[in-house]
Formats: sequence, structure tokens, C-alpha cells
Amino acid sequence: MSKLIKKEDILSDPDFIKLSSQKDTISIILTILELVLYFGFISLIAYNKPFLAQKMSEGDAATIGIPIAVGTIVLSWVLTGIYIWWANTKYDDMVKRIVDKVGG
Amino acid sequence: MHQTIIGQSNPIAIMFFVVFVVITLGITWWAAKRTRTTKDFYAAGRSITGFQNGLALAGDYMSAASFLGIAGLVSTKGYDGLIYSVGWLVGWPIVMFLISEPLRNLGKYTFADVVAFRLQQRPIRAAAAAGSLVVVLTYLIAQMVGAGTLIKLMFGLPFELAIVVTGALMISYVLFGGMIATTWVQIIKAVLLLGGATLLVIMTLAQFGFSYAELFNKAAAATPLGQKFLEPGGLVTSPIDAFSLGLALMFGTAGLPHILMRFYTVPDAKAARKSVFVATGFIGYFYILTVTIGFGAAVLVGQKVIMGIDKGGNMAGPLLAEVLGGNIFLGFLSAVAFATILAVVSGLTLAGASALSHDLYVGVIRRGVANEKEEVKVAKIATVGLGICAILLGILFKGQNVAFLVGLTFAIAASANFPALLMSIMWKKFTTYGAVTSIYTGLTVAVVLLILSPTVWIDIVHKDDVAKVTAQIKEIDTAAGSVDAQIADLQKQMVSDDAIAKLKKNEKVAAEKKNAGIQASVTAKAAEKDALAAKKKEAGAAMPKAIFPLKNPGIYSMAAAFLIGILVSLMKPEKEAQEKFDAEKVREYVGIGAE
Repeated sequence: MSKLIKKEDILSDPDFIKLSSQKDTISIILTILELVLYFGFISLIAYNKPFLAQKMSEGDAATIGIPIAVGTIVLSWVLTGIYIWWANTKYDDMVKRIVDKVGG
Repeated sequence: MHQTIIGQSNPIAIMFFVVFVVITLGITWWAAKRTRTTKDFYAAGRSITGFQNGLALAGDYMSAASFLGIAGLVSTKGYDGLIYSVGWLVGWPIVMFLISEPLRNLGKYTFADVVAFRLQQRPIRAAAAAGSLVVVLTYLIAQMVGAGTLIKLMFGLPFELAIVVTGALMISYVLFGGMIATTWVQIIKAVLLLGGATLLVIMTLAQFGFSYAELFNKAAAATPLGQKFLEPGGLVTSPIDAFSLGLALMFGTAGLPHILMRFYTVPDAKAARKSVFVATGFIGYFYILTVTIGFGAAVLVGQKVIMGIDKGGNMAGPLLAEVLGGNIFLGFLSAVAFATILAVVSGLTLAGASALSHDLYVGVIRRGVANEKEEVKVAKIATVGLGICAILLGILFKGQNVAFLVGLTFAIAASANFPALLMSIMWKKFTTYGAVTSIYTGLTVAVVLLILSPTVWIDIVHKDDVAKVTAQIKEIDTAAGSVDAQIADLQKQMVSDDAIAKLKKNEKVAAEKKNAGIQASVTAKAAEKDALAAKKKEAGAAMPKAIFPLKNPGIYSMAAAFLIGILVSLMKPEKEAQEKFDAEKVREYVGIGAE
């Protein structure tokens, strides 16, 4: 339980404060982006069907709605990729610095 | 017209399936030797890599319902099926941003570990186990009934036999091989399903010169809906209904116990987050494939054939495989669909068993004191019990409309499990009473509102009344139609004004007299029609109406769970829980002390 004794120190450590607030900010921003993305798509279906029904090009049957739906899937994945990139490059370093301070 | 062997006994499908069973049982035998401790049984010894867990998560999540159901929905409804498929993916980013790392850092085997981290163990574990078990059981029933129906169609096996085979295999994997066997069954299934679907898409696109534009042109030309087949149609009529279902799908994914449990199989939070990235990629790719399969089937198989085999269109994918790759490809894909069902029900059974043993038995009954051996034993007994339950429920619900259970599963997961989990991670002032009332509120509100919703109240509870009233109205409409025809007939017999003008005087009087007579009959018939209209209105008034207007209760049940959780927590603060939040925070963000 020796690590828990030091928890007071970790919590007031500027590195930890920076880490936790950055992680919260990133998580919340990305969550909001995902909500906007999906419910934006649903809103288009609910309120503006003609927009989605437009043809992509003259002479072809495919509608704009198709790449928008597929794009919602792809962008959702891209958002998880952005989080992974941030976590792997920034978050893990910050965690390591704190773990080193505590001594493992 | 395409001749299919679907519905008959299919030796090639059975052969592929037997190969799958032999391999997976071999893995189970290998896993059984490595399954001794609770850590092995629930969490595969935390030895699964991030990438492997990503595949296993995909295998745990992609159900036969989504493979066969979404392809079928797209082939019969077009763009509306595509809308539906998007909803199944969007929960995954939420799992990553809010849940996966804290869950891995704070918990041990179940999500109740996280909720109970700084709260009172017994009430929390009892409530969380209730939430988990209801989700697991409703989803299991839906999967089992679906399994029986699909296997009957694809293999020609009787419904009951299909369910018993599914149940027996699922029990064997989990009972002997625990999480290690379950993980590998899910990984193999994911690879087979993704590989099979990819092959089917390549063969489909080859028919269209690898041009999606061509596929969509043909799809619009091949279906009676025409261009409308590629436009949003009737699926989303009321915006609030769509938002409610969307919320349930999105946050329900982050509250499914069999999904959450998988994060404990990896060594650390870094691997947990990687596994979500991998899973989201594969699942998204899979839904894009499924949509292509649906459009391809609409063109190459044809809606008439698809709906002739199964009204819901569930056989669109297998039929397409048969058209493009003959009996062998159909057999392969049928076996893959069977494997898909097995992987999902195994994950569910293991999650249910861990809620029963780790949360209910050890956490509540034994007050947290039990040795490893005892806990594994109880988990194994729970596995057999749940498996037998699933078989019996599957047979009991034979022929019932169970589609609503999937919506209910996600609504409960989003309302009972997700709010308590999120607040326990993020909110310092969250209390035991807050968590317990939030879980039971979410559970109750979701179940009660769904029963009162059109999905159950009209489509199931008052199905006969609806049919009766619909028949009455149809009868009245037919009667009104014949009155209309009679009126038209009479009017035809009338002598026109032009003709009258040309007539001689005495003939004119006779004609006018005749017209007046006909006019009187027409008026009488019109009165008859009015009477019918009034009767129709009266019959229509007897049509059962849903007490709760939305098809999915998600928006209200989730809001209620959050609101109650917050209010109850604020009313009676829990000092100890707030003090322990500091330790939780360090472990949550840095992973120090994580299991």
C-alpha cells in the first residue's frame, strides 16, 4: 500500500493536474464531435431528406446520402484514431513521467 | 428465377460447420488446461494483446442479426437499411473516449468492480448484477430464437435441435475453456466473417465491373422503388423516435456487460484503447461490406426471391452467396453465420456467469470473502445454469416476434449500466444510494416504457385487436368501394344535358324524369356511403393505441437514470466515497495499482 500513501502528492502534482485535465478535455471534445456527427446525420434524415436524396452526378442513381452515411462510419473510426494518436504520443509520456516520480 | 436449396438439409454447410466445431473444441481443450484461477476464467489471464482483443470485440459484437438482418434490410428497404447500420457503429468511439481506459484501470472482472470501487460493495454489486443479468438474458433470448430460425433455414435442422446444439456448444466453450476459449472462438469467428463477407463483396462488385456507381444504377433499376430505393424513406418518421433509438444504440454499446468484460483480458489501459480502435475499424468495415451485400442481393438475387424465402429478407446474404459461388460458398457462409451466433452467445453466457458468481455470489452473498477455487466453481455452475436457461427460453419463445428484445437490450444497457458507470468514474459526489437508485430506475423505466410502446403494446400485446380492427376497416373500405362503383354505374345511366337538349319535348320530360329517379338513388347511395364512413371512424376509434408514443424508450429511461442518480447523490452526500475518489483518480488516469 506504499503507493497509495503518496497519492496526496500525486494529486497536487502539476504534471498530474495537467494530465488529468488534458485527458478530460480531449475525451469530452471527441465525445461531443461524435455526438454531433451521428445526431447531425440523424437530423438530416429527419429534417432534410431532399438534401440526402440529391444525385451525386447527372445520369447516375447514387445519392449524396450514401457517401454521407458511409462517411459517418469512417469518420467515427477516424475520431478513435485521433484519440489513439494523442494518447500514444502525449498521454503515455505524461503517465510515464508521473509513474517515475512515484517510483513505479 | 433463381432456384435455391435454402431451407433444405445442406451437407456442405454441415461439413464446414463440423470443421469449425472440431477446431474450436480443440482450442477449448487446450484452453481448459490453462484455466485455473478466476483471472484465467474471467479474463484469459490478461494475456490477450490489444489487436487480438480488437478482433475478439468485433467477434463478440457482430451478431448474426447484424450480418443477415442488415443485408436483408438493405436489400428490401434500400437506403433505410444503411441508416440502421450506421447506428450500430457509433457507440464504439464513446466506449473509447469515456469508458475503456478507466474501466481497465479501475476494475478486475466486471463493470460492477468499477461502480463499487469507492461505494458500498453489496448494494452496488446486487444492482449492477441485476442490470447485467437482464441485459444478458434479453439478448440471449433474441440470439437463441434467431439462431433456431436461421439454422433451420440454412441447415434444414429442426428449430429445437438447432437451439440445443447452439446451447450445448456455448456451454462447452465457456465451462471448460472460460475466457481463453471464448476469446479464440470470437477471434476465429471474426476472421471467418470478415473474410467471407469480403469475398462475397469482391465477387459481387466483379459483376458490376468493380464500379459502385454501376451497382447503384442497377439497384435503382432492379427494384420497384426505383430511385427512391437510394433515398431515405419511411424508417425515420418522427425525429424524437430516431433520436431515442440513436441514444440507446450509442450509449447501450458502452453498457453491454459482455463487451465491457473483454477489456479485462488485456494487460493494461494502453492495450484496452488499442483494442477499441481495432474493433471500431473492423466493425465499421464489416457494416460497409454488409450494405454492399444488401444492394448486390437486391440486383443479383432480386427482392421477390429474397422475400419469398424469408419475409424479413434475412436470407439475402446467403442467397447472394449461392448465386455467385454456388452450393459451396452458400455452405461456407451458412457455417460462418452459425459460428457468429456461437461467438456472441458464448460471450453473453460468460458475462452472465461472472455477474452471478463474481458480483452476486462473492460480492453479495459471501461479502467479498471467497477463495479462487470456490469462485471458479460457482462461475462454472452459473455457466451451466445460464446455458440451460437460454436453451429453454429459446424453445419457449419459438415463433415469437423477438426483434423488440434487441432494442430493449440496448435501452437497458444505456439506462441501467451506462449512467452509473460513467458517474462513478467522473463524478466525485456520486454516492451508493445514487448509483443503486440510478440503476434500478434505468432498468424499470426502460422495461415499463418499452412494454407500453408501440413495439410491444401494439405489435405484440394487442396484435389480435389490431388485426381485427384492420380487417373490419378493410371490409368497410370494400363495401364503400362497391357503393362508389354503384354510384358511378348509376351516373353513367343518366342522360347527359347535351343529349337532353337535342331531344324532342315529350322525350325530354321522360329523360328528365328518369334522371330525377337515378339522382334519388344516387343520393340514397351517398347516404349509405356516409354511414359507412361513420362506421369506419367508429371502428378506427377501437384501434389500440400505444400508451407511450416512442418505439424505443432510450431518451426517457437514460434521462431518468441520470437525473435520479444526481438528485439522490446530492440529497445525501457520502463522505467516504468522496474521500476515496482521490485514490480512484490516480488509479484511473495513471494506472497505478491497476489489476
